[in-house]
Amino acid sequence: MKIAVLVKEVPDAAVTKRIDPSTGRMDRSGEKNLNPYDTHAIEAAMQIKEGGAVQVDEVVAVTMGPETAVRALHKAVSLGADRSVHLTDPSLSGSDVAATGYALAKVLEAESPDLVLLGQQSDDGECYTIGAVVAEHLGMPSLTQVIAMEVGGDGVKCERQAEYGYDTVQVDFPAVISVGDAINEPRYPSLKAIMGAKKKPLDTKAAGDVGIEADKVGESGSQVSCGDFKAPPQKAGGEIIEDEDTNETVEKIVSWLDERKLI
Amino acid sequence: MPGILTFALHYEGAINKNSQGAVSEAAKLSQQLGTECHAVVVGEGISDEAASSLGKFGATKVFRVEAPEGLAQPVVDAMAHLFEANGYDYALFGGGLLGFEVGAGLAARLHAGVTMEVTQVNVVDGKLEAERPILGDSSISTSKYKSRGIIIGRLNAFEIAESGGGAAEVEDVQVTLSGHAQKAKMLQRGEQRGADVNIEDASILVAGGRGLGKAEGFQLCEELATALGGAVAATRAVVDAGWYPYAAQIGQTGKTVAPKLYLAAGISGAIQHKVGMQNSENIVAINKDANAPIFEFSDLGIIGDLNKILPKLTEAVKAKKGS
Repeated sequence: MKIAVLVKEVPDAAVTKRIDPSTGRMDRSGEKNLNPYDTHAIEAAMQIKEGGAVQVDEVVAVTMGPETAVRALHKAVSLGADRSVHLTDPSLSGSDVAATGYALAKVLEAESPDLVLLGQQSDDGECYTIGAVVAEHLGMPSLTQVIAMEVGGDGVKCERQAEYGYDTVQVDFPAVISVGDAINEPRYPSLKAIMGAKKKPLDTKAAGDVGIEADKVGESGSQVSCGDFKAPPQKAGGEIIEDEDTNETVEKIVSWLDERKLI
Repeated sequence: MPGILTFALHYEGAINKNSQGAVSEAAKLSQQLGTECHAVVVGEGISDEAASSLGKFGATKVFRVEAPEGLAQPVVDAMAHLFEANGYDYALFGGGLLGFEVGAGLAARLHAGVTMEVTQVNVVDGKLEAERPILGDSSISTSKYKSRGIIIGRLNAFEIAESGGGAAEVEDVQVTLSGHAQKAKMLQRGEQRGADVNIEDASILVAGGRGLGKAEGFQLCEELATALGGAVAATRAVVDAGWYPYAAQIGQTGKTVAPKLYLAAGISGAIQHKVGMQNSENIVAINKDANAPIFEFSDLGIIGDLNKILPKLTEAVKAKKGS
């Protein structure tokens, strides 16, 4: 079987994120990293490949984004993907979730994987949604926020948490599954894998190469526009104690609680 | 004229609280738009009573579809069918697992605009606009829709309001499921795992997250909670990892609490957790990462190692109480 993993480059969590006021889009310059949730998706793919329950011929990492997004692909192959596909085209810039999902679905259509894996959310924006959009365009069953998978020959048994308890769902291949961060502990890439990452095959595709219709992507093809940014109501900043002398810190906490009659 | 269609999730005959909130919100907005709010329920043998109860929250009509329950894609089929038949302008969902999946799938099917994690919806010039906090809640953006709009709320964003309406008219609708909607099968729904813990009534909660390092780390929380006379709660990450029972989970899919004191140990304060505890009267956070978002909404933040601080704090609280 063939597994495709959708990955995304996101601003490093330690860097302050901001909106570019002139365009209303996220300023995506600055330090970048592979979306942490996506590393769980790659790890899940590797565990299926190494698990032996099914024969995995190939794990392909797929991303959409500007030129710099290749770094996310390098990271993905250093974590074990066999090759990668980079969808990049100026016409895709400004795509909303629905348009992005459509464009990714077109790339996946060309790859025809048996299983598409992705992280349940990205650090920089869209939550829980992209997998369902991709699945709808591909006409595949899908499940998000999956915390355990058991792969068989013709499908995967998934567990996830709902509002009322845990659900167990059997999903037939081909399928789109987005995973939560409790599913595994991602491995660290070896130095050798990092060094070798740039040597693994990387295909660069433009929108036209995978049959993306221009009027369905980009700002003009998106059905929602975001703007009018404003600051949220601010809660007064709390008191901060840096723990240097723990006895002193604890004393301060106790008197803080005592003043508020919490002890 | 129908305006807004909402989806109501149910489990064992009870309508989910977030869905009740979504119906209440949609009813309020429909009134402002001069349209109606309809709701759809999808499942196996849903009672008239459960379906028509949505009238209390302002739905004027409830469509009942007999299809597999607890899965998103059959609901997408049902809602797409109703959009075609009745020409709604908007779909609105409460914050929950299925809301995200159904909303996103429906947006793809209808080629509509979609916004998730919405905290407020406004009527502007006869149209809906959705406000959504972004970038770790540091900014709020407003979504406008070119044509049809799909709005997915954040957990607890929409207040439950009984509008004084009676039982809603229930109409059974036949929907042909698409191929892929039949490729997922619920094997077990709503399994309860771990012991039953009651955290909703506690006035003091000591909550633990990944920063505890391991399941045994919860012992530190339990000792402190006992000393303070409170209970122990947990984040989703550690519940999913099996460190603590599901019944103690706070946040997006867990419980929402507002105790007098919420002491968070080793919790970074992700949005999914924040929505479940942000209304607590006093929030104290202990975390070794000075950049943890939880410090942005805590009243007292301690940057330090919880393994050092918690045992001493427990002793100090005991001493204080004994004095």
